[in-house]
Amino acid sequence: MIQLAAMGFAAVVLAPCPAGAQALRPYAIVGDAIPEPLTAPGDATRGRALVVERTSTCILCHNGPFPEQKFQGDLAPSLAGAGSRWSEGQLRLRLVDGSRLNGATIMPSYYRVDGLTRVGPAWRGKPILSAEQIEDIVAYLVTLRE
Amino acid sequence: MLSVLLTADAVGAEIPPPERRSGYSFMTPDTKAMQDDDTTNPGMLWVLDGEKLWARKAGGADKACADCHHDARTSMKGVAARYPAFDKALGRPVDLEQRINLCRANQQQATPFPYESRDLLALTALVAQQSRGTAIETGSDPQLAPFIAKGRELFMQRQGQLNLGCANCHDDNWDKRLAGSAITQAHPTGYPLYRLEWQSLGSLQRRLRACITGIRAQAYDFGAPELVELELYLMSRAKGMAMEAPAVRP
Ligand code: HEC
Ligand code: HEC
Repeated sequence: MIQLAAMGFAAVVLAPCPAGAQALRPYAIVGDAIPEPLTAPGDATRGRALVVERTSTCILCHNGPFPEQKFQGDLAPSLAGAGSRWSEGQLRLRLVDGSRLNGATIMPSYYRVDGLTRVGPAWRGKPILSAEQIEDIVAYLVTLRE
Repeated sequence: MLSVLLTADAVGAEIPPPERRSGYSFMTPDTKAMQDDDTTNPGMLWVLDGEKLWARKAGGADKACADCHHDARTSMKGVAARYPAFDKALGRPVDLEQRINLCRANQQQATPFPYESRDLLALTALVAQQSRGTAIETGSDPQLAPFIAKGRELFMQRQGQLNLGCANCHDDNWDKRLAGSAITQAHPTGYPLYRLEWQSLGSLQRRLRACITGIRAQAYDFGAPELVELELYLMSRAKGMAMEAPAVRP
């Protein structure tokens, strides 16, 4: 676990997700978006907390308007203004499975369990984030207008 | 879906030789200074232990390393810069730790040291230190070619819940930062090395297992052929770079 933290990766194994491999919620892609929420509407405050939480992995790669966070990545575009560049549905697909938009992206697919290789036992069959967490983060990202 | 997966495997550009940089060059002046001065480099404590072990008789044969290899400072010069090397009896490459344990089992008739044990790290550090400043030569033996190719494949392959390959970070994004850490080019020039985060010396395999767990993939066991193949690929990828063991890293 210390090694994980050392690498800059989340040190805590995600709590078992209520949604198991069999139980990913179905969703419909329309164009470059998932217009309908995966669950009940998310909560932006919880979403912000999730984005800066290391176990969510976002700010390992991204930076953004999180002045209290000393360590942020620069492998990816800043999240500042994401809500003015993309619609809620576009942000949702980006989080659920960004590889559908850019097959070569390094951004992980946060709500996908298939097509992966050698997933470690602690994470096998589970999406990185739950449907509820995705909705919370989407609710937060749409508020990032500048 | 299949086409998406195939494009996701597209391989980035490898680093051209003039742009290759040791992990050392990404460190703060303080950490560099700690590595540069043998009186502050904590890795030297393991080297000192290694010198004692080198001379100590062990096993059914009651022989010390020194009984066969004499003074490590001359007999072990440049050796670590050629490892992993092809072992004829086993028909596959072995890394330095495995070579030391083969001597221990076959020549000394003693039980092999566990991976990451103080004794194995100490002897490895002593041997590796004798190659300080030596250019890496690993991979010149043509028998190694298929194993290097396998290591390269492992380096390029996406894996784990985060679906990342080593190359995504270490070939394509080594000038960037992953949260607080500089992403280096992953050159194995300094191992075994003292990592401040570990507060200990650790092997290259320990580092590789940390990166593999970091992408939430299943780490290979210590000594697994896959880890040796990765070590071999990394060493051949760093050919010509200077050895700096025992190094210090954040
Ligand atoms: C391993 C790196 C990585 C991680 C981890 C990561 N992303 Fe990304 N993200 C990227 C990259 C690279 C892009 C640029 C577009 C592309 O590659 O397809 C991107 C693009 C985006 C975009 C669109 C940005 C824009 O305005 O163009 C959003 C929004 C986003 N990510 C949110 C997130 C959130 C939220 C998380 C965590 C739940 C996250 N990302 C985790 C690498 C990452
Ligand atoms: C998401 C990014 C990422 C991925 C993927 C990744 N690494 Fe790393 N790696 C890092 C970071 C960051 C460090 C430096 C940590 C530090 O020293 O603080 C590192 C360090 C290393 C080092 C140590 C270099 C030195 O100077 O001592 C080696 C070797 C290495 N990685 C090999 C690999 C291999 C092999 C893989 C694939 C199995 C891999 N890495 C996958 C981010 C990554």
